[in-house]
Amino acid sequence: MGELAAKKHVQYILSVEKRKDDLVSVVMEHLRMNGAYWGLTTLDLLGKLDNVDVDKVVSWVMECQHESGGFGGNIGHDPHILYTLSAVQILALFDKLNVLDVDKVTNYIAGLQNEDGSFSGDMWGEVDTRFSYISLCCLSILRRLNKINAEKAVNYIVSCKNLDGGFGSTPGGESHAGQIFCCVGALALTGSLHHIDKDLLGWWLCERQVKSGGLNGRPEKLPDVCYSWWVLSSLIMIDRVHWINKEKLVQYILDCQDTENGGISDRPDDAVDVYHTYFGVAGLSLLEYPGLKAIDPAYALPVDVVNRIFFGK
Amino acid sequence: MDSDEGNAQRVPLSQRPDWSDVTPVPQDDGPNPVVPIAYKEDFVETMNYFRAVYLADERSPRALWLTAEAIRLNAGNYTVWHFRRLILEALDGDLHDELGFTENIAKSNSKNYQIWHHRRWVAEKLGTDATSKELEFTKKILTLDAKNYHAWSHRQWVLQALGGWDDELQYCWQLLEEDIFNNSAWNQRYFVITTSPLLVGLEAMRDSEVSYSVEAIVAHPENESPWRYLRGLYKGDIESWVKNPQVSSVCLKVLSAKNNSSIFALSTLLDLLCHGFQPSQELRDVVEALKASGPNDQPDPDLAKTVCCILEGVDPMRANYWKWRKSKLMSLL
Repeated sequence: MGELAAKKHVQYILSVEKRKDDLVSVVMEHLRMNGAYWGLTTLDLLGKLDNVDVDKVVSWVMECQHESGGFGGNIGHDPHILYTLSAVQILALFDKLNVLDVDKVTNYIAGLQNEDGSFSGDMWGEVDTRFSYISLCCLSILRRLNKINAEKAVNYIVSCKNLDGGFGSTPGGESHAGQIFCCVGALALTGSLHHIDKDLLGWWLCERQVKSGGLNGRPEKLPDVCYSWWVLSSLIMIDRVHWINKEKLVQYILDCQDTENGGISDRPDDAVDVYHTYFGVAGLSLLEYPGLKAIDPAYALPVDVVNRIFFGK
Repeated sequence: MDSDEGNAQRVPLSQRPDWSDVTPVPQDDGPNPVVPIAYKEDFVETMNYFRAVYLADERSPRALWLTAEAIRLNAGNYTVWHFRRLILEALDGDLHDELGFTENIAKSNSKNYQIWHHRRWVAEKLGTDATSKELEFTKKILTLDAKNYHAWSHRQWVLQALGGWDDELQYCWQLLEEDIFNNSAWNQRYFVITTSPLLVGLEAMRDSEVSYSVEAIVAHPENESPWRYLRGLYKGDIESWVKNPQVSSVCLKVLSAKNNSSIFALSTLLDLLCHGFQPSQELRDVVEALKASGPNDQPDPDLAKTVCCILEGVDPMRANYWKWRKSKLMSLL
């Protein structure tokens, strides 16, 4: 069995961060906040976060904050809840949550809750269970879950549950592993996992493992490394991860590495990117691969970071 | 408005008289060395001019044109879409044209969240005028990718907010004719029979839906979707599910035929047994014949246990799940 090319992945992430002049980084400009979260969390899981200039990152993150309290994907961009969670997670990684005006950020998030308990992504009102998870995760990290109607938030998520035990983006939407992570995560963060039929959902999730060992996100779809995170973290949260074949999944993720130049791709021999590098390493962390820090399946942050937030350790 | 489309030679904005009064604003994240890629130069220049009109809050026809340029170069930038909506509102722009614009962009970016969100914003403003256009539009996208999650979400929203349910069950049928493994179409079918105001609800539809899914199962017993659909038809009424002879007989039929994938038939049978179903001798014999050790062994009186053992063998990837199911049987006793 091959091994994790940890050093190469660190080099790859650091090179992406420095590269501002090529086409990929220009097209990614508007979601740089997400990219920074993926890259920095990967470095932390690999034990190499100290290669980063903390003050530079933190001041850039804070420059992306909008007067409304939300964060944009880059300096001068409009705020969106997607980038707000990444910003909060990055600050948490560096133990810098104290630079935030917590009420300002959490008021922005609380203002996005709708009458039916769902959340919008920004002022334009797109609704999706992704935004429910993001809101609850942000508020939980900042310890302000009391600012929203959590019961309604939970009820909305439960209304998105399907006959196969999974969840979709809105009521009636097809079950999808990414949306399932969001819904299970949101229910875990609010202590509401009893709403899930764990055996039914667990079986659906472990049916996602295909012959190559990789996981897909819906029936009859191709496997993709990102589902190592969405499916695995969900299985862990509902305590059913032992139902899949872990060895085969580890092998699949390792097969998706670029062992020469670093980085991980969606499928073997495809081009690597930061997104899949993060999900590959995070998946291996959930699988307790040696040499990696443990990651928390609900907060998507290293366990020591989560412990520091909640227990001051 | 979009005169540049298809032109081989693009005139840089900096050389156009109608833009001479605007000073472009570069992205504020450090030095941006110039790289000799033509596309990239267009992109950087367009975004620099976009930042200028955005910061000046210029809601003009040329700014609207510029957002179209910027979107064409990178449809993922949500700030550009956001500003485009503000301009459309300010100029009272033609929303039917706007549907045409998003359709063009969607052809090459059908998995982009911003496009779909923008599309819904336009359709919401147009109301029922947009119903048939939106159903046609999603149909077009689904012709290219029948499992496009955004297209399905949009379609469900259109049906619920604007109507147009009349042909939806027929449409599901058509997509399943094309690909019976399409889980999105099965999901839509369930959505229609449980939500459509034109139909009379799940229970009244049950008999015909059971026949439909049984037929699909017999044709492809390895297809996960109709098995789950069949079970879903009895949501909250497990007793009727256990009692319906069609459910156990489709299991028997699949398991009797040689060369069939037996995983879902066996797992359904296991669920039936766990809910008190009494198997016939014929079904017992068929299951016994599937045992790896051969039929010479003493048959186990506990059929459910036998089923679990067979599943461990035929589905090794999920062996732990089937072992757990078996251990749960013991604790039931």
